Amino acid sequence: MRLELRGITKRFGALVANDHIDLVVEPGEIHCLLGENGAGKSTLMNVLYGLYEAEEGDILLDDEVQRFAGPGDAMAAGIGMVHQHFMLVPVFTVAENVMLGHEQTRGGGRLDLDAARAQVREISARFGFHVDPDAVVEDLPVGVQQRVEIIKALSRNADVLVFDEPTAVLTPQETDELMAIMRQLRDEGAAIVFITHKLREVREVADRITVIRHGKVVGEASPTASDAELASLMVGRAVELTVHKDAPTLRDNGLRVTDLVVTDEAGTVVVDGVSFEVSGGEVLAVAGVQGNGQTELTEALIGLEGDVTGSITLDGKELVGRSVRRILDEGVGFVPEDRTHDGLVGEFTIAENLMLDRSDGPPFVRRGALQLAFRDRFAREKIAEFDVRAQGIATPVGRLSGGNQQKVVVAREMSRDLRLFVAAQPTRGVDVGSIEFIHKRIIATRDAGVPVVVVSTELDEAVALADRIMVMYRGKVVGIVPADTPRDVLGLMMAGISPEDAKGEVTA
Amino acid sequence: MSADHKTTQLDAPLSETTRTVTLVSWKTAGVLATVTLLYALLLVAVPHSGDTRFLLSQRSDFFQIPVVVLPSAPLAWVCAVVLLAVTAVAAVLTARRRRTPTWLVVVYSAAALTGFLAWAGAGSPRDLSIVGLLGGAVLWSVPFVYGALGGVIGERAGVVNIAIEAQLLGAAFTAAVVSSITDSAVAGLAAALLAGALVSLVLGLFAITYHVNQVIVGVVLNVLVVGLTSFLYSQVLVPSAETLNSTTRFTAVPIPVLSDIPVLGPVLFRQPLLIYLMFLAVPAVWFALNRTRWGLRLRAVGEHPKAADTVGIDVVRTRYNAVLVAGAVAGLGGAFYTTVQLSQFGENMTGGAGYIALAAVIFGKWDPVRAAFAGLLFGFASNLQNVLSVVGSPVPSQFMLMVPYVVTLLAVAGLVGRSRPPAASGEPYVKG
Amino acid sequence: MSTPESSPGTDPGQEPELDPGTAEELEQERARAATGPVGDDAADTQTRLAKALQQTMTSPWTVSVGAVLLAIVAGSIMIAFTDEEVKAASTYFFARPGDTFVALGQAVGGAYAALFRGSVVNLQAPDVATALRPLTETLSYATPLIAAGLGVALAFRAGLFNIGGQGQMLVAAAAAGWVGFGVSGVPFPLHLVLALVAGIAAGALWAGLAGLLKARTGAHEVIVTIMLNYVAFYLISYFLATPGLLQAPGSSNPKTPPTPPSAQLPPLLGERFNLTWGFILALLAVVGVWWLLNRSAAGFAFRAVGENPRAARVAGIDTGRATVSSMLVAGGLVGLAGASQVLGGVTTGFSSDIDAGIGFDAITVALLGGSSPWGVLAAGILFGAFKAGGSTMQAAEGVPSDIVLVVQSLIVLFIAAPPLVRAIFRLPDPARRRAPKKARAARNRKEAAA
Repeated sequence: MRLELRGITKRFGALVANDHIDLVVEPGEIHCLLGENGAGKSTLMNVLYGLYEAEEGDILLDDEVQRFAGPGDAMAAGIGMVHQHFMLVPVFTVAENVMLGHEQTRGGGRLDLDAARAQVREISARFGFHVDPDAVVEDLPVGVQQRVEIIKALSRNADVLVFDEPTAVLTPQETDELMAIMRQLRDEGAAIVFITHKLREVREVADRITVIRHGKVVGEASPTASDAELASLMVGRAVELTVHKDAPTLRDNGLRVTDLVVTDEAGTVVVDGVSFEVSGGEVLAVAGVQGNGQTELTEALIGLEGDVTGSITLDGKELVGRSVRRILDEGVGFVPEDRTHDGLVGEFTIAENLMLDRSDGPPFVRRGALQLAFRDRFAREKIAEFDVRAQGIATPVGRLSGGNQQKVVVAREMSRDLRLFVAAQPTRGVDVGSIEFIHKRIIATRDAGVPVVVVSTELDEAVALADRIMVMYRGKVVGIVPADTPRDVLGLMMAGISPEDAKGEVTA
Repeated sequence: MSADHKTTQLDAPLSETTRTVTLVSWKTAGVLATVTLLYALLLVAVPHSGDTRFLLSQRSDFFQIPVVVLPSAPLAWVCAVVLLAVTAVAAVLTARRRRTPTWLVVVYSAAALTGFLAWAGAGSPRDLSIVGLLGGAVLWSVPFVYGALGGVIGERAGVVNIAIEAQLLGAAFTAAVVSSITDSAVAGLAAALLAGALVSLVLGLFAITYHVNQVIVGVVLNVLVVGLTSFLYSQVLVPSAETLNSTTRFTAVPIPVLSDIPVLGPVLFRQPLLIYLMFLAVPAVWFALNRTRWGLRLRAVGEHPKAADTVGIDVVRTRYNAVLVAGAVAGLGGAFYTTVQLSQFGENMTGGAGYIALAAVIFGKWDPVRAAFAGLLFGFASNLQNVLSVVGSPVPSQFMLMVPYVVTLLAVAGLVGRSRPPAASGEPYVKG
Repeated sequence: MSTPESSPGTDPGQEPELDPGTAEELEQERARAATGPVGDDAADTQTRLAKALQQTMTSPWTVSVGAVLLAIVAGSIMIAFTDEEVKAASTYFFARPGDTFVALGQAVGGAYAALFRGSVVNLQAPDVATALRPLTETLSYATPLIAAGLGVALAFRAGLFNIGGQGQMLVAAAAAGWVGFGVSGVPFPLHLVLALVAGIAAGALWAGLAGLLKARTGAHEVIVTIMLNYVAFYLISYFLATPGLLQAPGSSNPKTPPTPPSAQLPPLLGERFNLTWGFILALLAVVGVWWLLNRSAAGFAFRAVGENPRAARVAGIDTGRATVSSMLVAGGLVGLAGASQVLGGVTTGFSSDIDAGIGFDAITVALLGGSSPWGVLAAGILFGAFKAGGSTMQAAEGVPSDIVLVVQSLIVLFIAAPPLVRAIFRLPDPARRRAPKKARAARNRKEAAA
């Protein structure tokens, strides 16, 4: 089926998320929609899928204008979507998830689960998925969950398939696997829209490329274009893809983690015997696919995990068993992975957020009373120093953009006397300008002689910042390797293959 | 590169399992130890001697069982030993990182209860009627069970139903008026159903359509319905009590044969229609939630409304539907007060039963069958006081009346364990 | 293992409703404001509560006035439909419709006139002091409402829903009362202070128990405080029925002896008025809570935990301690309400209904007051006026004071749903930029039809 979007305009009040976007996807083609985080790609696809209603423009399928009142209509018309955040009910089985919304029933309104199971098996067999229809979705690895999403779309006979940032949660190998599936679907005649901001994937799989910036189509590119060409088209200016840094000057002080084991509330061992050292003046990047224990590792460092064994010493002092407060007082700066949930109080002002982890004593608090004058002066200094763009220090943090929110967190954590700096996903959901700024500050902290641990699931970021890279897989350390290790070796390590085997496989 | 080749290559890491250990908490063992200690203290501090007379049948029964007379002090102490043993087992299991099985807690509860009854009934010349104890429990549990079912249905769809109290009270009022006017208990029941749904409609309007915090709407609705029914009671019902507030009640309908089974017969099968309906409602709600399209969609909306939306399910409509059904079911419980228990409405006559039903929902971990059993437990505790006052219990009535609430406190603090409410429970669904 | 990717809305970087990148270039702050409450973390009651309150607090005064008006209209309808004269006149409505309307006007107008006469100023009074007496009655009724409302509001701000006002008031009243009539030989100011402290401490401990259970075992405070209400009720009933504890000597009624003068709150405006120094204590509590919430380190921690407990924990704030201590303070404030009842409001001896529903009224006061101390003061006085006027209305016009409960709860409901009030009064929507609304409504219609 041929998909055409004609002059789609979607506004959120004064904000134009999609500005007269035109797009044609032919059957049997993979059409890449390339754009930065927040360029308006997802909004466009939500319009296509009936989740948003566009103010202007038409959606045409085989040259017929469609009216979608909701996702139900879009699905009925043959559009299927693999969502960036899987639209699966975690406590349901695979079969239940696949049948949801178009259930077959037997007498008395009973669900016909057998029919759903058969359908899952049939589609699984066609693509070699090996998905158990009776497995509960939340127990499945993310890669398999994504296959369930694909089965869901195919079970409704979708002719147009939209993949919204599908590779964010996958290892490089799983990504290759997904590409193969997409090609197979294309060869069966499906029209495929592939949304991404990763240049490498685009060039590998796309038949056509449309680039979106600030809600507008800024051009088409051929799959043979270079990374630099695509990047400048996407961002609107030449982008520095690397971080400049000198060779590290190592010091004696530092962090030493020995045999660390973290168990979560459900009894799963999420960090399994991890040991490493970071010296002052060095960046250790922790790479790996999301959900392999990196989050829990950083939380254990700051004292947030309850069930921890092993040892964490900072400059010789044991941190395991101490409260968060006392670990912070030891000079640990911490940028949590999820800033809106863990890093900031959205309803608090910028000034209040900047003192959030120092509300227990001088200089912000004296004799139990807040020192408002000091707090405000401090806040004004910090928003100038860290280039936080806001109306003023009294603006609630929840109203700032992602990049400015992150700068508030980084400003707070870097304005104490640091002896260790831990940053988890420091640039996730942050605009390009802020990414460069935050990277520079992290390197400056390292150059000041502080040991730095950066967790990133973006391999590019890990490589750019790291002096050494530690790869985690299923809670274990696969290996600690130099920053100049080839990407394909790192990719194999992210799938749990030891550095030696990975090197062997790459050279073979 | 064929897809098949890739798949086989990748399946190995995906199917690898992560190491897990079983985590246990000392909460259960702690609660058991506390109760055992309190029980032993009671036996030591206030010793009772004499016999306890357990009555197992009623005079009208087909099969007559003689009164069982047991020496109370030894029996109470035997039970104490059982309690201690169970506590010890629980402690050992916890130390070995294993969970205390539910059946052990059941054994414990039974022993604690038997021991307590033996102690309370010691030396009394009157018989302690087990049929009265259990049959009354079933009867008293009616509003709790229906209320809890209503709570479960609402919460599984993502709407916290704190307004159970309002649904019970509103339904009790409406059932009283309609049953009085029509001289028909069944008409009263139907009206109760509608009244419960009407309260739900208001809950839905504010909680679903206007995204007002569901706990707040629920609490305020409870106050609103107390005010409304009390106002109408004194303005309308009191002046014409003869016509508007003297209801026709359901009478007990013994089921042939089944009602002649010793003990269980009179407990379960000599009850009014509303109770038989309850026996059917519990499995029916379970079936509807777990085995039908209606239930699947309802649960999807309560767990992950956006996922449901993206497969074309109308979240708002599904939630309204669930909340209305929930209100209607809770309304049946409200009818109990004016068509079974009493023949007239009284101001605020539900007296917080809705909150107990809410506790039963949590106690029952959002499962209709478990919640119904929790409701039965609370019914039992409420009835215990009545039975013991007949025997001449040494425990002040206020403490007996306190039991369901203390049990709930212990339950939420220790015994329930890790339970997971529906993920989107309490979340208004904002589309887009 | 639950995977974060699959659970709803755990996406950290992106607002689910908007693309932030575009927002960056355009008017980002306004766009953020327009996203409204987004259910991010399903497990997190605290944040949800905070958001709900935010919603209540940010509604403009027009909505508040509209809500009060709507509630009063609803009350009028109830009065009109149940009034005997109206009923009588409506039987011959088609013959003389005028009579019905006259009766209607008399019933509704009479009721609200009585409400005004009983709560603000009595224009039929012979002298100024008597004329102003209703106002002092209003403030008397407002005293425990303000104190208890502050207790609920403070807990709200710390992310806790304190439904335990009834229980906290009962134990506080019992403790204050017991020190009042149980301890003798202590001179006036000291005896009063002791009784007050006992009441406040008892309320604090009863609420603190709920806080402790929540912090230690994760038991939900809504359930725990409700259960503690009943436990307190039966406990106090037992004390009241037991000679030597709270029961008045020589009596078999479940009632206490009167509070001796040495433990009574002295009248504020002389013996002619019921208003006591308790009102001044309530005002001091308002200022104290304002300082605590906005100027103290402890209040900063309470608010941080209330708005975002996870971020507070990451920032080194001991959330368990904040939960327990905020419940202690909240219970102390409700305890002040309980103590002021037995030491000022009802000094002739009390029974187990001494809480007079204030524990639950306090929730509506806190909600109407947007959980801010000054808002609670205003809401407390408004509801005090309803109570004072309600009893006059019942006495003079025979309208049951239960109608006050209805009007109060309707006010809170309407205030919590500004779009509804705006729709009824056709007020402009301040969130105009939510342009898709019309489209959405159209879509809903379509779906309903489908």
